[in-house]
Amino acid sequence: MSTITKSKDFKDYSLGSLEDPLNEKFKSSINLDGENKEQLLFDYKQMLLIRKTEEKISEQLVAGEIKCPCHLAIGQEAIPVGISRFLRKSDRVFGTHRSHGHFIAIGGTAESLFAEVLGKASGCSKGFGGSMHLYGKEFGFYGSVPIVGATISLAVGAGLAAQMDKKENSDMGVCYFGDGAAEEGTLHESLNFASIFNIPVLFVCENNLFSSHLHISQRQPKSVVGRYADAHDILSYTVDGNDLVAVSQAAQALIDNSRNGGGPGFLEVVTYRWKGHVGPQDDMDVGIKRGEALNHWKKRDPIRRLSEGLIKSNLSTEGQLSAIQKEVDQSIQQDWESALQAPYPEKSTLLSAVYSQPSPGGKNV
Amino acid sequence: MSNKMTFGKAIRDAHRYLLENYPEVFVIGQGLWSPWYVGSSMTDLDKDFGTERVIDTPVSEDCCTGVAIGAALSGYKTLVIHPRMDFMILATNQIVNQAAKWSHMLGGQDSPSVTVRGIINRGGQQGAQHSQALHGWYANIPGLKVVMPATPNDARELLISSVLSGTPVMFVEDRWLYDWEDEMLPIKEVDLSKQGPNVLKQGEHITLVGSGYTTYQNTKAAKILGGKGVSAEVVDLRVINPLDITEVLNSVEKTGRLLAVDSGWANCGLAGEIIAAVSEKLPATKWKETPKRLTTVNSPAPTSGSLEDEFYFNEQDIVNKALEIVRNNQ
Ligand SMILES: Cc1ncc(C[n+]2csc(CCOP(=O)(O)OP(=O)(O)O)c2C)c(N)n1
Ligand SMILES: [Mg+2]
Repeated sequence: MSTITKSKDFKDYSLGSLEDPLNEKFKSSINLDGENKEQLLFDYKQMLLIRKTEEKISEQLVAGEIKCPCHLAIGQEAIPVGISRFLRKSDRVFGTHRSHGHFIAIGGTAESLFAEVLGKASGCSKGFGGSMHLYGKEFGFYGSVPIVGATISLAVGAGLAAQMDKKENSDMGVCYFGDGAAEEGTLHESLNFASIFNIPVLFVCENNLFSSHLHISQRQPKSVVGRYADAHDILSYTVDGNDLVAVSQAAQALIDNSRNGGGPGFLEVVTYRWKGHVGPQDDMDVGIKRGEALNHWKKRDPIRRLSEGLIKSNLSTEGQLSAIQKEVDQSIQQDWESALQAPYPEKSTLLSAVYSQPSPGGKNV
Repeated sequence: MSNKMTFGKAIRDAHRYLLENYPEVFVIGQGLWSPWYVGSSMTDLDKDFGTERVIDTPVSEDCCTGVAIGAALSGYKTLVIHPRMDFMILATNQIVNQAAKWSHMLGGQDSPSVTVRGIINRGGQQGAQHSQALHGWYANIPGLKVVMPATPNDARELLISSVLSGTPVMFVEDRWLYDWEDEMLPIKEVDLSKQGPNVLKQGEHITLVGSGYTTYQNTKAAKILGGKGVSAEVVDLRVINPLDITEVLNSVEKTGRLLAVDSGWANCGLAGEIIAAVSEKLPATKWKETPKRLTTVNSPAPTSGSLEDEFYFNEQDIVNKALEIVRNNQ
């Protein structure tokens, strides 16, 4: 368990080698000691599914078939997959503008995502939301929205509700957000609130070092975002977000603690997005400096590091992994085609959901 | 010699003029060092005037707006940029509770010279949180001037006069206007308190009132109406708070018919205010027809292309609505 480190153990709250694109340590295969083979293969498939779904979206943005703005998280797949291992349908997960992976990792289908970004009635938000507004409450995905920081307090509220339910081994609120969102006051208010009321909530900060075109060094005095959790007396880990095992070990520790009354947890996962802030291009908004770093970060590919680890530790073979890849490719192609064929929402539905239908209300109804 | 400029470049030119001539001016907001965030309206200003006076910021709308207000109280003339009105909602406490109130609640002894650029950026399947035209909210607030340019000349002149006005101003621009090109007049510093609605096109049968992008749409609709034998007068509001209704009133007195067009929603909105303000002053005998309004469909913005087409109104919708009014009785 040497891979996971408390945020406060980072000297001077600097990510150091973890943010240094030249560091070789984070480019090699990951350590799979003590890990369950079936789980790893499942996770591998999930990560591939996210990657290839987003590659398809990227390709179809270029082709002009998809027209809504899409923020891709290619390169960040280990994070939601490592965390979702420990989540269940009765948990409450909230996402951001960059949530395709969060959605799929917890049970969303590529087909309902494709349909949504195409604006089809069969989309996960019925074509009303596009890439930035995803929904899947039946598997615990309460919603993703693009207003930065907006879902953080919602997850705290969902955690408060879970606490009020007084279940043993409590359900949890989970919010994903970026390093940029840490600059909004709401994160700090939410951390304080969750801490003082001991809320079962997991704050997941995907620190990809960028907010739009600005590097974190242009926006914050320190690169470890977990320092804010420490300031609010919340248990916080900062780990390599491109290492599935590190992510899942830290997630497990924090989630177990929350479910058992230990209060909120903060998980900072350090990663890098391969695409530009929005859209299919690599780099459009951030210039050459990122271009060089990006090539190094691609060597930290979380999927390759897992697959190499699997082979190295004799948990799988090239043949088995490429069979999984084929399977994923096929299912994505099928999903894309059925999404293409689905109908658009009827114009008459525009006003159908502005106010909800009268419902009996009450959480138990 | 032609001196054409787009709306977006005209805004950039206003910044340039202010930064060149007024050392006490600085600009702060998200995306100011990015080549795309605020379209053509800020290109290279950071390079020309330095990153100390053109400040890109962390994702902290409330704080950055407060910072601009605080600096304004300390002798600077500040310009805050919110690339989208939707994000500016996070700064609304500072705008509405602080900037707008400061002068009056402290006995008129001080006033923050802060101009907030609130940008309407909609369409393109962006959806509910990236599409709102909320100028009507802000125009409801005493103490906050709300300016809404429609033409490149106005974009430049009104931005300069807002920043120099000594009062808090909400300057609302619509990204859909950024490519509108116009012949530019020489730069003039004008007194914002003397600015109000303008008649952009004379007409006899109906008055079309709008602001910002709806003015642009109204001028196009007026052309189409002309082809159908309907002569429409186009009034561009320019400043929606405080609202000086005189020009609109004069126009409706002449035409006897009014269509108020607004990119906001209907309920408690600008179009309703125009109709109310005219109705209160114009005697019943002067009306040839009941006034109407055209506003954005009463729902959040959808993303699906099929629904988006239904959601945003266009020139033809204005024409149709105007014809409903005129056809009744011409
Ligand atoms: C309140 C608000 N302010 C600004 C924006 C514009 N915006 C969208 S994403 C983004 C960057 C966020 O960076 P981060 O939180 O690190 O997430 P990442 O994009 O890196 O995943 C910004 C500034 C927004 N959507 N909402
Ligand atoms: Mg980020």
